[in-house]
Amino acid sequence: MDATLTEVEKGRRPTTIPGLGRALRTEEMVISMGPQHPSTHGVLRLDIVVDGEIVADVIPRIGYLHRCFEKHCEHMANYQQVIPYVDRLDYVAAMSNEFGYVVAMEKMLKIQVPERVEYIRVIMAEFSRIVSHLIAIGTYGLDIGAWTPFLYCMRDREHVLDIFEETCGARLLYNYMWIGGLSHDVKPTFKDKVLEFCKYFRPNIKELNDLLSYNKIFIDRTASVGVLPGDVAVNFGVSGPVLRGSGVQWDIRKNDPYSIYNRFDFDIPFGKGEKGKVGDCWDRYMVRVHEMEQSVNIIEQAAKQLPEGDVQSAIPKRIRPEAGEIYMRTETPKGELGYYIISDGTASPFRIKVRPPCFVNLSALPAMCRGAMIADIIAILGSTDVVLGEVDR
Amino acid sequence: MKNFLLELLNNEALVYVLMALVPLIWVIPFALFGVWWERKISAHMQDRLGPMLTGGWHGWSQTIADAVKLLQKEDLVPAAADKKLFVLAPYIVFAGSYAAYAAIPFSAAFVGAEINLGLFYVISISSLVVVGLILAGWASNSKWSLFGAMRSAAQIVSYEVPVALSILAVVMVVGTFDLQEINQLQTGPVWHWLVFQKFPFLFLACVIYFLASLAEVNRTPFDLPESESELVAGYHTEYSGMRFALMYLAEYANMFAVSAIVVTLFFGGWNSPFGEFLSGPWWGLFWFLGKGLAVIFVQIWLRWTLPRLRVDQLTYIGWKVLIPFSFAIILGVGAWVLAAGQ
Repeated sequence: MDATLTEVEKGRRPTTIPGLGRALRTEEMVISMGPQHPSTHGVLRLDIVVDGEIVADVIPRIGYLHRCFEKHCEHMANYQQVIPYVDRLDYVAAMSNEFGYVVAMEKMLKIQVPERVEYIRVIMAEFSRIVSHLIAIGTYGLDIGAWTPFLYCMRDREHVLDIFEETCGARLLYNYMWIGGLSHDVKPTFKDKVLEFCKYFRPNIKELNDLLSYNKIFIDRTASVGVLPGDVAVNFGVSGPVLRGSGVQWDIRKNDPYSIYNRFDFDIPFGKGEKGKVGDCWDRYMVRVHEMEQSVNIIEQAAKQLPEGDVQSAIPKRIRPEAGEIYMRTETPKGELGYYIISDGTASPFRIKVRPPCFVNLSALPAMCRGAMIADIIAILGSTDVVLGEVDR
Repeated sequence: MKNFLLELLNNEALVYVLMALVPLIWVIPFALFGVWWERKISAHMQDRLGPMLTGGWHGWSQTIADAVKLLQKEDLVPAAADKKLFVLAPYIVFAGSYAAYAAIPFSAAFVGAEINLGLFYVISISSLVVVGLILAGWASNSKWSLFGAMRSAAQIVSYEVPVALSILAVVMVVGTFDLQEINQLQTGPVWHWLVFQKFPFLFLACVIYFLASLAEVNRTPFDLPESESELVAGYHTEYSGMRFALMYLAEYANMFAVSAIVVTLFFGGWNSPFGEFLSGPWWGLFWFLGKGLAVIFVQIWLRWTLPRLRVDQLTYIGWKVLIPFSFAIILGVGAWVLAAGQ
């Protein structure tokens, strides 16, 4: 193996077996999990140093999905062309990525978008939070060995994707939010469909809880596993459900509101250590379940207040921001997504840097995994919910 | 049946070969049917349809197509594998699970080998499977396979004990190891079945045996040796084509073998649930297979509902929950038998 691993191996002490009275040096094995592995959620590779089934260390190896996102952006003819690329960061929650980018650009260009656009954007962003969390929860069930919840999650996700498809024609990568507006106005039936979905989805969260969240085996597998204490989480800079699972109440929608989030009434779920310790896998998982409930609340409120208007009236003809820079952060399903955009006064961006939540959350993985078992790595990785498109960019 | 064949063919060697092949008439169609059935059940539990196209009616020939596909595959042996052992392992696995069928009484008229230690034979010969699994894991020369093999060894060794102890409780009640005799003792109405005898001791023994047998055949929630989300595919990660199919066949054969034991020991075996009504050799076969499939349905149902345990939790349940309970059952049954009998 390479240099990093030997560095790690140097620091390892022999295992002491209780009762034997002396240290026994057992041989460790390095196994490579991924990039083709059913549970690494894409193309992540983990070098795992194991002693039997006990994990001594985990080293994430990333870069298998690197697509030069930031470099590509610099060569775009204009700022609008970046949007299809941001879709491909966290591809299961593309709307949220677009939201962050267009909000940043509008702040840079000092554009005031119409009310209707703001409401539709919030609805879409919260829908994409539900979609992303459904995938996170479903695949988490798969990681733990429960197949059926995954299919139930996919079934519910399909309803949201149908709404997306009806609105903008795409089901995964939308290019829907434009700087200053939206690519299409929603269909006249949109409001009814959204409210209908809210009514349909609430009982399904309860069904999911009955089937998976409060299942004894599931709790045994996740409670007190991969504990990430709140202070450690803050030091790593993790965000989103992973941070809130550690008991830290931090959500940019509440703490640093953007768009129109301050108009809605919703709670920030956080881990309380209900089934084990604060910051364990179950807490992180449960934060996502509760967040879906809160998203449904937001969507319902927004859909009821949805104003009329033209969604394209504020779209600028020519996007040429003044020379300068901006950093704008938004709360995506995975955590704090920041865009740092530098403009040199021309029509194409000089530099776009993304602060991806998944990349930062993944950096906390080794801290959570040490001393766990191999099966726990899967549980811990699943509970951090990384999307490799965003980690590697 | 043996005597009948002897009269018909008048050749002892031929009769033995035929007798050995008879369970295969059930095992192979069952494996084909079982895979399809499991797919359909899981699909319907998960709000989807499962295979629908192959063969027309509800994709009935999907697994046949799969088997044909597997037969056509390249015979692949990894370069770093121990070739001899790698090739040998699937046969041992299949032989272990198929050999158990020799003593399983399909009907009053047919049991492959009528041995008076039938039960003992079945539980010991089915342990041969674990040798094959370890061999497969070791010979593959893959770390994931090795993990799967080590897990299956730990698991099967742990769960042999509650299996044997819960069976012991039954043997204490019936006083015989002969599976046909155990069947005959249960003839009559439903309440003659052993699961309702010495209530609740044998009922608990049935539950313990069923749980432990799930671990023996690597079914969820005890499917750690081949847990696809952790170990890719466990001990058969490196297997493909017909060798993989053989492993799969052995798995389903094993599933039915343990179900057959559950049915024979606790649910009256080939006896009709209505006493004399609908009984006889052919009806016996019908009842036996039907009950066996019902037990398999429960196995499938559990698989598609429950998550998977972790290794330490698995051994915890084996040693600290199931074994103490089985000892308690043995104590209870023993006291009951002593008080009632002598």
